[in-house]
Amino acid sequence: MGYTITEKILRAHITKKSINPGDFINAKVDFCLGNDITAPIAINEFRRTGAKKVFDKTRIALIPDHFTPAKDLRSANQAKMLCEFAKEHKIEHYYEVGRMGVEHALLPELGLVLPGNLVVGADSHTCTYGALGCFSTGVGSTDLAAAFIKGECWFKVPETIKFVYHGKLKKWVSGKDLILYTIGQIGVDGALNKAMEFTGEAIKALPMDDRFSICNMAIEAGGKNGIIEPDKATVSYVNAAIRKNKPKRKGFKLYKSDKDANYADVKEFDASKIEPQVSFPHLPSNAKPVTKAKNINIDQVVIGSCTNGRISDLEIAAKILKGRKAKQGVRLIIIPATQAIYLEAVKLGFAKTFIDAGGVFSTPSCGPCLGGHLGILAEGERAIATTNRNFVGRMGHPKSEVYLASPAVAAASAIRGRIAHPKEVV
Amino acid sequence: MKYKGKAHKFGDNINTDDIIPAKYLNIHDAVELGKFCMEHVDKNFAKKVKKGDIIVGGKNFGCGSSREHAPIAIKGCGVSCVIAETFARIFYRNAINIGLPVVTSSEAAKGVKEGNAVEVDTHKGVIKNISKKKEYKTEAYPPFLEKIIKKGGLLNAIKR
Repeated sequence: MGYTITEKILRAHITKKSINPGDFINAKVDFCLGNDITAPIAINEFRRTGAKKVFDKTRIALIPDHFTPAKDLRSANQAKMLCEFAKEHKIEHYYEVGRMGVEHALLPELGLVLPGNLVVGADSHTCTYGALGCFSTGVGSTDLAAAFIKGECWFKVPETIKFVYHGKLKKWVSGKDLILYTIGQIGVDGALNKAMEFTGEAIKALPMDDRFSICNMAIEAGGKNGIIEPDKATVSYVNAAIRKNKPKRKGFKLYKSDKDANYADVKEFDASKIEPQVSFPHLPSNAKPVTKAKNINIDQVVIGSCTNGRISDLEIAAKILKGRKAKQGVRLIIIPATQAIYLEAVKLGFAKTFIDAGGVFSTPSCGPCLGGHLGILAEGERAIATTNRNFVGRMGHPKSEVYLASPAVAAASAIRGRIAHPKEVV
Repeated sequence: MKYKGKAHKFGDNINTDDIIPAKYLNIHDAVELGKFCMEHVDKNFAKKVKKGDIIVGGKNFGCGSSREHAPIAIKGCGVSCVIAETFARIFYRNAINIGLPVVTSSEAAKGVKEGNAVEVDTHKGVIKNISKKKEYKTEAYPPFLEKIIKKGGLLNAIKR
């Protein structure tokens, strides 16, 4: 019996030769990360054990991205803990404000997470990097502390569900729409503890930014990891990142699932029939075609986050907003995910387009996605956002509402002041 | 180990924003976090919960973010154990890693009502509903996890 890509990568990181779903394993970690919310607890736990040294100062990233630039005193103190720990242990990949970006956009951009790697992050959206053909998953702070010490993490080997997307996508349909649609089909626990392997003609035709959006939201279906077999697009993305940022660790390995690999389930979709999606409050699984969202007025639009804050996300938003204005009374908040994306958006004129449209163009931060700062919703307010969660109170008051969508739908909605299909405005 | 307390019932898909809203993530003290536990779902939960009480959830308990603040807040407000039909994976491992017992039982999740007196025996894999004089089965922990729990959490388990 063959192996899936997930099983092959896990097998390459343990001493045993064979691997089966359900096995408990201690696997070697190629790279681990924490942020200003999760790393402080990991640092305290690390110190509590009396550990003196991290396993490898070149394989840890500390990224203060959630409540930064520090939104209040307590957040400042937490960010300071990262800075001090990084200094004390000479952590190579510490990114201060001004250099940091939203972690899951930043690390692939810098070439620090590579195909075939095993990555753990104390952040649930660590599953994003699976788009590069690596095994990458979210863990907790104590797991991160253990990884700091041992360079290892425990796992229960997951079964894999294969998601096959046939056909060509319609205009205005993106990776975000595919994943919202998929979560709508299987539910928020539809892939609980499972590996989600995304494949098919429609996936192979997608640019990397869209693939990151898809793998990013695997956790929203309960998935352990999202993964896409690496291909030419992956290799050219990774090579460009390595050329530009010259990481010390350059070697990577391309894994593919065997033809006779074992899957817990195979779900096939005709992607050519999928419309732009909107997930209604208060679960990502409440996905509907945008045309079903009739007369839903909005107070705020957020374009950004680890799901959709990349350059192609800003590009499509700019294309729709160019020469148009956000409707009076609508707050349009655009947050590039990294400094490099910010600069590129300035160079390409997107920043001007957003400001001309009456929007704000902010410094990178997770910000409003988790109700941190830079756009908190008041009681009774409603937002459409390119983020990943629309739970009760996620972006602010427990009586506010978040609708999830792609950057194209979010930008069109800003112009109309209600949830709108991009074709209505372009 | 045995855990005994009054049951507090919650529904399906109780997410980590329900358990501890993100605005409190600039705190990492357990008792302090415990004061805001479940605030979005039941404003008075942290006030009415008593030491040793047990949370009973539905499907996919703890879905959402990786914040360890969620099981820490639950432990911090005095809850001794969480029973649910199913758990989201990061919440489950975080709970195990910090030594908060979490047990899966669809029978108990359905059978236990708000306020019932409940006793969970994690070693035997049995949940007793003292109020209703009923017993439900839960799985015993696999040896790998039992070792972590016995040592009182992951870091104690990996310490040489």
